[in-house]
Parts: sequence; structure tokens; C-alpha cells
Amino acid sequence: MLSKQQARAFFLIGTVVTFLAFIGLTIYSFSDGNDQTNYENITPAVVRGKFIWEENNCMGCHTILGEGGYYAPELTKVVERRGEGLIKAILMSPVPWEPNGRKMVAYGFTSEEADDVIAFFNWIGEIDLNGFDRIVSPLAKDQITKN
Amino acid sequence: MKYKSQKVAYWFFALSMLLLILQLVYGFIMGFARIGMDGLHEFIPFNTARAVHTNLLVVWLLSGFMGAAYYIIPEEAQRELVSVKLAYVQLISLALVGVTAIVGFHFNWWEGRKFLEIPHQLDYLVVANVLLFLALILLTLFRGKRKTTTALVLTMGLVFAALLYLPGMLPFDSQVTDSFFRWWVVHLWVEGVWELIMGGILAFLLIKLTGVDREVIEKWLYVIVGLTFLSGVLGTGHHYYYIGVNKIWLVVGGIFSALEPLAFLAMALFAVNMYRKGEKKHPNKIALFWTIGAAIVSFVGAGLLGFAHTLPQTNLYTHGTLVTAMHAHLAFWGAYAMIVLAIISYSLPNMTGRKLYDGVRGRVAFWTTNIGMIGMTMAFGIAGVAQVYLERKYKMEFMEVQDQVSIHFVVLIICASLFAFGVITYIADFYKHGRPNDEAMETIKDPFQ
Repeated sequence: MLSKQQARAFFLIGTVVTFLAFIGLTIYSFSDGNDQTNYENITPAVVRGKFIWEENNCMGCHTILGEGGYYAPELTKVVERRGEGLIKAILMSPVPWEPNGRKMVAYGFTSEEADDVIAFFNWIGEIDLNGFDRIVSPLAKDQITKN
Repeated sequence: MKYKSQKVAYWFFALSMLLLILQLVYGFIMGFARIGMDGLHEFIPFNTARAVHTNLLVVWLLSGFMGAAYYIIPEEAQRELVSVKLAYVQLISLALVGVTAIVGFHFNWWEGRKFLEIPHQLDYLVVANVLLFLALILLTLFRGKRKTTTALVLTMGLVFAALLYLPGMLPFDSQVTDSFFRWWVVHLWVEGVWELIMGGILAFLLIKLTGVDREVIEKWLYVIVGLTFLSGVLGTGHHYYYIGVNKIWLVVGGIFSALEPLAFLAMALFAVNMYRKGEKKHPNKIALFWTIGAAIVSFVGAGLLGFAHTLPQTNLYTHGTLVTAMHAHLAFWGAYAMIVLAIISYSLPNMTGRKLYDGVRGRVAFWTTNIGMIGMTMAFGIAGVAQVYLERKYKMEFMEVQDQVSIHFVVLIICASLFAFGVITYIADFYKHGRPNDEAMETIKDPFQ
């Protein structure tokens, strides 16, 4: 049976090895050629859009890249599905947007702010998501029209 | 209680209980909003309620962990805390930072990064607070008469938890990298270093409650935390499948996530075996219930239900659905909430001198909370699976699906009410114990010491 020293060695070696592997894989997945985060297309508008997104905790209800509150729809590729006009109207609305009776906070953004958020959505829409966006409907517009 | 300074723990536990009640209130607000009763929308919209609900969970658990450390470390190190006054300063500052953050959420003051909503300015205060806590614990440990494995594992967990808070404070322009490093905090906390803390508390409780030899328990503690890191660190990959990083994570995350239940299985087997091995039984049955319960429910909630959707093939459909909420509720309850309630149940009679060991309230609290939580988990689970089929297989619109599954949230609220009843009963018991006092040092004799 295992002695206490062996058990401790198992803990220490296991921890160090997996941490090093984790850091190695992190470097690998962000290195040139393997990186698929679409960072080269980030514009100042996208950054401002992300800031507005965070400042208002949109993720507290919506999901994006599949992460968020599960209370409101996924917004990856939302511009493709709904079009910029509708999204802009919702973002600028002074009264709560209320699809099916579920209320969204009325943010009343300015036109510039709404454009920034849309730039952020457009940027998100171009990320390679390992198939999540193609297989999981109704994320992609073509998926909806096919059915 | 052997050392006067252990009393500090009581106030950390009291803060914990207060925040737990608040967490339940916000949980109910969210539950009602989901069935269309969103009357508080103007004051507390869903995103506020959610941020408060999850952040309160983190703060009450941390307060519980800190209380546990203030109780356990003096006893393990065999000396008083280096400074009781500073421990109280730390407690008050923790409460202030927590309350400020929670109040701020109501005024749109936050960073909307799921689970890490506390704004940057407050992050620095959190860091200062945790550094003070660690300084007190580490100094006590190193000046102590002995350094036990239990104390070292617990302390190591707390130190790593503090270190891993830092990647969450880095600013990124890209949503993908932002998410990537956010999981270094969130995942490596709950599926890594918090398990060290849980393991440390569990080992301490098993030593006290079963009377099994410390050497035996601590050997298995190393094996368990070894398994935790071996699987949990690279298991972080299961958050990286579909957020815009390389496909390598599908393989790495899939394999190591599949190993993650092993650590919890080992924990459950270990706790039950130690209980059966222990010839002498401690009279504090309620503490034993919570301790063994934590080990078993964490295996089901964190281990099995986690495994249910961490394979990339499954996660492709369940990612971003209520299935996650199903797993999260039972996992946090079993692994962390129950272990905090276990250490409170064990230490409270020792600190206050009142042996409300085996009262009806204690048992009622244990069973109603657990039955309520299992019911909630099932309600979330059925809603989640229905959502996956309707929305992702049959391509229905998000909101149509939400209407279809809203009945499950009625069930959820009923189960949550039972759960809340149990929590209130637990807290009534807590209150009935009264305040900690120095006389308790003489009146209580631990049977195994």
C-alpha cells in the first residue's frame, strides 16, 4: 500500500506536471497559426462595444459564445439573424424591450453606443467556434432558413 | 475549543449565514422572474439578481472557509492566532467590501464578467483583505508547535485561491482571451484549489469525528488532492471547447474532465470508509451527517452531473443551457456549502459550550435542505434537457422554448421553498447556540483529545 511520502510525491509531481502542461498548451493555443480568436479584426469600436457590454452586465441575462445567464437569447451571430436595424432599435429603446413578456432593461443607448455594441457583435460573429455556431441552431442564419 | 482566539471563527460563520439568507432571497427573485413574475424588474432586473446571487455565494463560502481556517489552524498549530484584533479588522473589511459590491450591482456598478462582477476598484480591496487573512493564518501556522498535513493542505488551498484571483484582474480587448483567463479564476477555484480547502476541512472533521489515526487520514488526503489537480488543472479545457480557442482543448479538456469525478469518488469513499473504520463515535451526530453528506453529494453533484456534460460531444449541445445550472447547484451545495455547514455544526457547540448535538432541528435542517436541493437540481435538469432538445435539435426559438419549460420553474420554486425552510431551521439552531464564550474552553472536553 501507498506510504504517506509516496502519496505526497504523487500530489506534488502531479500538480507541477499538469500546471506546466496547462501553461504550455495555453502558449500553444495562442501562438501564430493556432490562434483562432479573431483578435486581428478588433477595432476601437469593438473594444468600446465590449466595454459597454461589460459595463451593463449583458451577460447576466444573455449568453455570448455560450456563456452567460441563460435568461435571454444567445447573441453570437445575432446581427446575421436579426439585422442591425432591429438590434439598434432595441439598444436605443427608452422603454423595456419585451419579447414574449420577458423584459430587458431599457438602456436607452445613444446611436454611437449602439453602433459600438453592434461592431462587437459583428466581431464575435467571425470567431471560429469549433463547430458550435454551425451545429447549434438557431445560432446561424443559414441554419434557420434551411429548416 | 482549546484556544481563545478560535472564537473569531464564530463571527465569520455568522456573516456567512447572513449572506446565505440574502443569496436565497435573490435566488427566489430569479425563479419568479422565470415564470413571468418579474414585478421587481425596475429595481432588481434579472442580471442584477443573478450577479448578486452568484457573488453572495462566493462571499459566504469564502467567509465560511476563512472561519474554518481561524478555527482549525490554531488547533492544528497548537497555539493562539497571532492577532485576534487584526482578524476582526479582516472580518469587518470583508463584510464592507462584500456589501459595497452587492449594493453597487444595484446601481449598474460592476464588470459584467460572469462570476467576477466585482468592479476593479474593489478588486484591490479584496486583495488587501485576503493578504491580511493569509498573513494571520501563515504566521500562526509557522510559529505553531506543529505543522500538520491537514493544516498545510488547507493553507495551500487558501494561498492558491488568493494567487488565482489575479488572472481575473487582467484587462483584455478580446472577449475570447478575457473568457479564457476568467476561467483560470473560476474553474481553477472551484475545480482545483477550493477542493484543497474542502479536503483540508474534511480531513480535520474526520480526524475529530471518527477518531481514526491522523496518519491514515492525511495519507488519503494527499491522494485525493493529488487526483484533484491531476484531473482539474487540464480539465479547465472543458470551458474552452466553443469559445474561440484552438481545437486542442477539445481533446485535452475531454480526457481530463472525464477523470475529474475520480477525485470526488475518492473523497466519498474515503469519508465513508473512515467513518466505518472509526471505532469511537463522536456525539456530534449532526456534524457527522454534514461531513459524510458533503463527501457523497459532492460526488453526485460535482463528479457525476459534471461528467454528464463535459464531453465535447455532449457539451456541443448543452453549452449555454440550463443543464449547466443543474450541475452547478448540486455541485456547489455538496462540495462547498455542505462542508461549511459541517464545520459550523462541529465547531459551534465547542465555541459556545451548548451541546445541541442531536436535536430535531439539526436533522430537519439536514434532510429538508438536501431534499429541496435535489428537487431543484431535477427541475433544472428536466428544463435543461427539454431546452437542449427543443432549441438545439428541433431548432425552436429561444423564447418559445422558455415558455415551454417555465412549468419546471414552478417546481423549482416549490423545491427552493423547502430548501429555504431547511436553511432557516439551520440558522435557528445556529442562533440557539448563543454567543461564543471563554468558559466553553473548560466545559467541553473533546472525547478524542
